[in-house]
Amino acid sequence: MKINLLKSALTIFLLGLLSSYALAQNNLNAQFERMMASGFKAEGIAGLDRIHQDETQKFCSNPVFANSKQGAAKAIQIQKINLATISQPTDGKYIGDWRSGESIAQSGRGATWTDKADTVNGGGCYNCHEIDKKEISYGTIGPSLWNYGKARGYSQEVLIYTWNRINNSKAYNACSNMPRFGHFKLLTQQQIQDVMALLLDPQSPVNQ
Amino acid sequence: MFKNLTFIFKTFFVLSSLFLMLSGHAQSTADEIARYREMIADGNPSELYEAAGEELWKKPSGPKNATLEKCNLGLGPGVIQGAAAQLPRYFSDTNKVQDLESRLITCMSSLQGISAQEIIDAPFQQGLKKDMDAIVAYVVTYSKGLKVQVGIKHPKEKEAYELGKKAFFFQGGPMDFACATCHGATGKRIRMQDLPNLTTQAGAAAGWGSWPAYRVSSGQFWTMGLRLNDCYRQQRFPFPIYGSELTTAVSMYMAVNANGGVIQTPGLKR
Repeated sequence: MKINLLKSALTIFLLGLLSSYALAQNNLNAQFERMMASGFKAEGIAGLDRIHQDETQKFCSNPVFANSKQGAAKAIQIQKINLATISQPTDGKYIGDWRSGESIAQSGRGATWTDKADTVNGGGCYNCHEIDKKEISYGTIGPSLWNYGKARGYSQEVLIYTWNRINNSKAYNACSNMPRFGHFKLLTQQQIQDVMALLLDPQSPVNQ
Repeated sequence: MFKNLTFIFKTFFVLSSLFLMLSGHAQSTADEIARYREMIADGNPSELYEAAGEELWKKPSGPKNATLEKCNLGLGPGVIQGAAAQLPRYFSDTNKVQDLESRLITCMSSLQGISAQEIIDAPFQQGLKKDMDAIVAYVVTYSKGLKVQVGIKHPKEKEAYELGKKAFFFQGGPMDFACATCHGATGKRIRMQDLPNLTTQAGAAAGWGSWPAYRVSSGQFWTMGLRLNDCYRQQRFPFPIYGSELTTAVSMYMAVNANGGVIQTPGLKR
């Protein structure tokens, strides 16, 4: 009898603890939403819609959950959603001009509030990747892409994978750091074809 | 006056030497900047801002024609020695956690009668923001060499830290960027620029501990407010409101992570 009473007291205590934790979390989330809503103003082309997250951004903003067991299952679902948004080149061409691809890879312009709506976006590829070894000013957030085609070959499979990866990197890695260039129309189809050429034209300096 | 003049000459000399060094070889910009830092160790160009800030602190101005000498930055009215080292913190008079810049807005508006909104709305490097730059430079100089010592005892301080942490990992915009995209791993670069990992003590101490700073590339003094603003611009986010709860919370997250690190402000940057 006594033990039962103790047990139920303990259960009530634990439940109370749990629910107060949940309440605190809910409270923090509400505070956070309020802080974000009052923390920004629209400026130039950067509107407030930019802080309205899609499902992928929501998921990846909580790395503790994303890296948990439950998170791993959700990540697969996120990848599926992103894969489904990719369209293949409308003209069937995967490879454009690597010279133009190089200048797109060099440029980090576009999409900030100091840019105009008609600013031609760059890919900003060198910000994070080593590409042509001649360019020594490269970032290291992404892997080196030197000899990209030479190492992987120029098969249709590699072409499609690379096309997809540039268009929507989250199709393969839910919380990849790489922007979704096709999904958010950061680059045009022609620009993506040109960047593809930089990586996958056997003549490109990247593959020498 | 004479001291100022020699200082200007010295600054001109080191800046032109730096220009020559940088235009010569690009291969080790970081080394050259380190050399430059040594050369001007006793004469960071932000000294000009500090001198202007001291004047603004002590000169009666604003509709109330008052000085800032009674401004309480957390250690008592008028105490600036070590003040920046313990900010952000909770202030009972505003019932808010405030960082240096948001607290200075409070002082300028309550003591001097200057409109807080006008300070918030002023373009960076101009008008009231230019005054703010100078005052910030003046105040942070008095924490140089001290350790970051930001408390999270008050519930609002704990809350600001947690909110700042959430903001740090919050992804948005057309590039899916968060602060964490660039500042969440150790040993990464954008182009040649090393990125501090602000989730670690060492990285946060290096980042938080060296801003505000004089930026050689733009020839400007940048407060933490402008530093954060330009980060959000590059994240492709909308414009973070100056002195807001948001920027204060992000500062709180960085400062608490940086606790124990040595402050080197005003810093000197590329």
